[in-house]
Amino acid sequence: MSGHDSKYFSTTKKGEIPELKEELNSQYKDSQDPNPLIRALAVRTMGCIRVDKITEYLCDPLQRCLKGWFLCMRQWTAEVETVEHLMVLYSMARCIWGWLGRQWIWGRGDDDDPYVRKTASICVAKLYDINAELVEDRGFLDTLKDLISDNNPMVVANAVAALAEIQENSNRPIFEITSHTLSKLLTALNECTEWGQVFILDALSRYKAADAREAENIVERVTPRLQHANCAVVLSAVKMILQQMELITSTDVVRNLCKKMAPPLVTLLSSEPEIQYVALRNINLIVQRRPTILAHEIKVFFCKYNDPIYVKMEKLEIMIKLASDRNIDQVLLEFKEYATEVDVDFVRKAVRAIGRCAIKLERAAERYESIIATLCESLDTLDEPEAKASMIWIIGEYAERIDNADELLESFLESFPEEPALVQLQLLTATVKLFLKKPTEGPQQMIQVVLNHATVETDNPDLRDRAYIYWRLLSTDPEAAKDVVLAEKPVISDDSNQLDPSLLDELLANIATLSSVYHKPPDAFVSRVKSSVSKPDDEDYPDGAESGYSESPAHTSDSVPAPGSSSSVSQASTRQPAPTPPAPAAPVPDLLGDLIGLDNALVPVDQPTTESGPPLPIVLPSSTGQGLQISAQLIRRDGQIFYSMLFENNSQLTLDGFMIQFNKNTFGLAHAGQLQVPQLPPGSTARTLLPMVSFQNLSPGPPTSVLQIAVKNSQQPVWYFNDKIPFNIFFSEDGRMERANFLETWKSLPDSNEIAREFPGAVIHNVDATVERLAATNVFFIAKRRTNQEVLYLSAKAARGIPFLIELTTIFGTPGVKCAIKTPNPEMAPLFFEAMESLLK
Amino acid sequence: MPVSASAIYFLNLRGDVLINRLYRDDVGGNMVDAFRTHIMQTKEMGTCPVRQIGGCSFFYMRISNVYIVIVVSSNANVACAFKFVVEAVTLFKSYFGGAFDEDAIRNNFVLIYELLDEIMDFGYPQNLSPEILKLYITQEGVRSPFSSKPADKPVPNATLQVTGAVGWRREGLAYKKNEVFLDIVESVNLLMSSKGSVLRCDVTGKILMKCFLSGMPDLKLGLNDKIGLEKESQLKSRPAKSGKTIELDDVTFHQCVNLTRFNSEKTVSFVPPDGEFELMKYRITEGVNLPFRVLPTIKELGRTRMEVNVKVKSVFGAKMFALGVVIKIPVPKQTAKTSFQVTSGRAKYNAAIDCLVWKIRKFPGQTETTMSAEVELISTMAEKKSWNRPPIQMEFQVPMFTASGLRVRFLKVWEKSGYNTVEWVRYITKAGSYEIRC
Repeated sequence: MSGHDSKYFSTTKKGEIPELKEELNSQYKDSQDPNPLIRALAVRTMGCIRVDKITEYLCDPLQRCLKGWFLCMRQWTAEVETVEHLMVLYSMARCIWGWLGRQWIWGRGDDDDPYVRKTASICVAKLYDINAELVEDRGFLDTLKDLISDNNPMVVANAVAALAEIQENSNRPIFEITSHTLSKLLTALNECTEWGQVFILDALSRYKAADAREAENIVERVTPRLQHANCAVVLSAVKMILQQMELITSTDVVRNLCKKMAPPLVTLLSSEPEIQYVALRNINLIVQRRPTILAHEIKVFFCKYNDPIYVKMEKLEIMIKLASDRNIDQVLLEFKEYATEVDVDFVRKAVRAIGRCAIKLERAAERYESIIATLCESLDTLDEPEAKASMIWIIGEYAERIDNADELLESFLESFPEEPALVQLQLLTATVKLFLKKPTEGPQQMIQVVLNHATVETDNPDLRDRAYIYWRLLSTDPEAAKDVVLAEKPVISDDSNQLDPSLLDELLANIATLSSVYHKPPDAFVSRVKSSVSKPDDEDYPDGAESGYSESPAHTSDSVPAPGSSSSVSQASTRQPAPTPPAPAAPVPDLLGDLIGLDNALVPVDQPTTESGPPLPIVLPSSTGQGLQISAQLIRRDGQIFYSMLFENNSQLTLDGFMIQFNKNTFGLAHAGQLQVPQLPPGSTARTLLPMVSFQNLSPGPPTSVLQIAVKNSQQPVWYFNDKIPFNIFFSEDGRMERANFLETWKSLPDSNEIAREFPGAVIHNVDATVERLAATNVFFIAKRRTNQEVLYLSAKAARGIPFLIELTTIFGTPGVKCAIKTPNPEMAPLFFEAMESLLK
Repeated sequence: MPVSASAIYFLNLRGDVLINRLYRDDVGGNMVDAFRTHIMQTKEMGTCPVRQIGGCSFFYMRISNVYIVIVVSSNANVACAFKFVVEAVTLFKSYFGGAFDEDAIRNNFVLIYELLDEIMDFGYPQNLSPEILKLYITQEGVRSPFSSKPADKPVPNATLQVTGAVGWRREGLAYKKNEVFLDIVESVNLLMSSKGSVLRCDVTGKILMKCFLSGMPDLKLGLNDKIGLEKESQLKSRPAKSGKTIELDDVTFHQCVNLTRFNSEKTVSFVPPDGEFELMKYRITEGVNLPFRVLPTIKELGRTRMEVNVKVKSVFGAKMFALGVVIKIPVPKQTAKTSFQVTSGRAKYNAAIDCLVWKIRKFPGQTETTMSAEVELISTMAEKKSWNRPPIQMEFQVPMFTASGLRVRFLKVWEKSGYNTVEWVRYITKAGSYEIRC
């Protein structure tokens, strides 16, 4: 930079226009300095002048700049000589004087300077912003595309940035990334400045690889960027890798990539807190898609005492997401620590986090019933209505476990009229629950008091309506009331702060950008859409909706059982003011009566079971049996095993003198009586139940379910056929186990006795139906629990009192059931599984 | 879109605009007022560094007594924006000679405008390397400490260097004595539970380099990290030398390091910028040698008295020593009187931070020292809630000690002219966030 120019830099003055013009002229005259810096500055500044008239002049020099040679813009300067014009320029661009000065200076430039080119490429984007047509007419876009192949990496980077931006504001395909450009840009990546790398990676992340192999290639070339010191480069590289990973099928490659991405992501957490915040918001997205990446890194998200609050909040969120059976103890200890901190919001979030972990991992929740006693001790310290309402809900819900539940509730009842509505509603429900669980004198009196208060002395319609409903329920049919009030609670699951998969996809494609920080798609907050005619008016966003925390969309659905949703009736009552249903305007009590009556009517609808039952499987087809067809199945009825058989005579002969013989088998099944089949004329059928005994003629060797049978009659040769022994026929009716007993037996058996098997084809749609079906075959339901899957515990007792402890794991409605069993006789497991699988189908 | 700013504002703590630069016209010039009324003057300040007001988003950072606010209206690259601010501040500091605060800004308006123009164009960050920018943006009163020639001498090929492949080093440097200084600075971060188990512990280290080398040298750095050594022995097909090796969890490099080459050959090779820069950062979680063990016992005796006993053990080599050891033991707000007994150093109660501050100027290795203090509290009825105990924090520096065990094995310098270089290596371990819950 010559001294001459630096004077302009440092003496940017608001001189008199005529004087300045003179000076400019003089400079123009003696300046032969072809300084590329100055040419670039001029181009850059001209891009800032937002007057259409001027942009016309901009095109010419810009074109020259882009092509690498540059001439004096005589035409432009000639126009500017009017003072008025200069005034306009002054108001439009800061420091225009200095730039205009240089405008003159650059004289007859001739070099192709990369600095000018890199500035000019950005200038095209500026110009496009002002006048898109002009840019397209003048062919700047093509020139810009040529610059992608420039030999200077910085020019390439800026050209890519400009093209990407132009593409974003245009509907037409302008900047299509082909595999050829991709490879060229990836090569340029190595030599670019850090910012250039960001531009290129961001632009390339839109590229969709053709197949897994190409994706792997791209990823391989991008992975070194993860080691860059610039967080923006790292995040953009992560974005690109995640995009391509969707296409990669090889699990090895994916696992490897996950392993490679973890350390750089963790390293981002040692940068400035603001950058940490951006990183954490992005990590939140990443772990939702690929939880394995940071599964072992939970410790790095432990909050430091001096972390800013926004960092702590985000860390907490991620800790909940990463909490698993393996690390839950440590995580809970951490949460406990946070719950004693000073910041109230943070403490609340920490406490809530404990709850969310409890819902997420049932193991964490197992302990929480024991806490009721502790909670009851601190009753009188509750002052917030929400806390009070929750506590009252707990007392009502667990009334049978709290010895002095009635006393506790009574103490609240004294102040019933003064309590806020929220607490009153809960008190009402809790008292009803208490009464239904302990229908003694005390609660009866209490309920009188409460109902009286709630119906007569209140003007809160919700409370009154709910009280009326309870009252009528209780007076009409206490059993029905029990069904309604003490109904099974719906499952609570923690889906707060879980994003919809399609939204997650979009956000992951926007890693490192605002969208990924807000967890909102870009069009939700970007108003500027160039091609659209009308500009959406989004000036008056409500303030509350704008906070960067993701709490806002989900925090109402946080999963503490909300007071008011404890029974379905109460919800119905609160919804009453909704549009009146088209039902006949019957008085309320009748409607209720109908409702309950209907319920009662529904109960005895028992399918009259036909004696015939399902058709028996054919064991001897008539083609093999010379016209004799035998269908048969082993069944268990009233503790006794029978062989249910159906004989069909399709032959021309009358058949009689049937006899049966069973070969030695694993279970030693044999017929206990004679086969009672009458004479079979042609075309007739006979059905018989053959009583069976087991452990009569045992066969040695490994257990199998094959049963070999021989049947003969007086007319035909002996027919040999095979049947299968369904293991479940041995399940005895007394196989039900007590919960405690089950646990004990489970524990007492060594782990080697535990065997598991997947039934990929089996589907459980509904627990109750399944449990009922299984109970019909003497497999008894003991307990269930819910993690992210459903787990059912069942027991069965096979012949000779061999217990089977069963654990079924599945997700409702989706195929695939995992069955794990524990039994002292593990060699029977394959047979057991065979039976179980057919039962579940 | 990698745009990272539509406008950038520098505000003082009162919210006055010190200096601003609009890069795009998609945000109004008065958007900063919205920032002032909606964020600065509310409690929202400090709750979240990225906020949306109206159609605009604001990213802000506080650096000493200045708020730097970036305004955008598009889906900008936030990571890039924050990094830009961090780098810009580094750049300003290098121009101002150290401090970056309100006064520095007021004294350097023209220069800052000049720089803001150069480092960002239309919202796209450009070259932010101080070394290169100093070639052509000069200002009276600014002395570039690393340049050996007068600042006003024209640099004929500045533009090529700005955009060049080696965008961080200029050509034609000449030093009489070619020297390289390496500083390995490690920060130990520790979070220990009150029961003495380590909750998290890691070392974040950086290698700072100061180069006074002529020409365009190629440097290669060798460390005692496991992967690097294994790769090396593989390449040279001889068994790795036995000795202590360490496992680096993650490394990040200055842009001068060839990443592709690091990925394939695991060697750190680079053409360094002139002067001082941060060559690499690394993180280690396995096998960290904690320099200090802290064993606190805090007893609350009734409601008005507390007994604090803290034992500190140094577990590094006996020949080494730590400097500037400060242990901050938090005490309740209502502390009235304190009395101390220390075996070394000095302790006092600092009411401003509610801590007992115990300072030990020089702490030899393999020794231990204790402090016992009695704290009397004002009895208050209002404070029903029991005191939540913030963690004990510790500061120290241990020269010639690395908590990770990292060692520089070699630093090779190649240059066309083949001069000899002198290399200096220093190690120092500092406390990062060294917290012990009690």
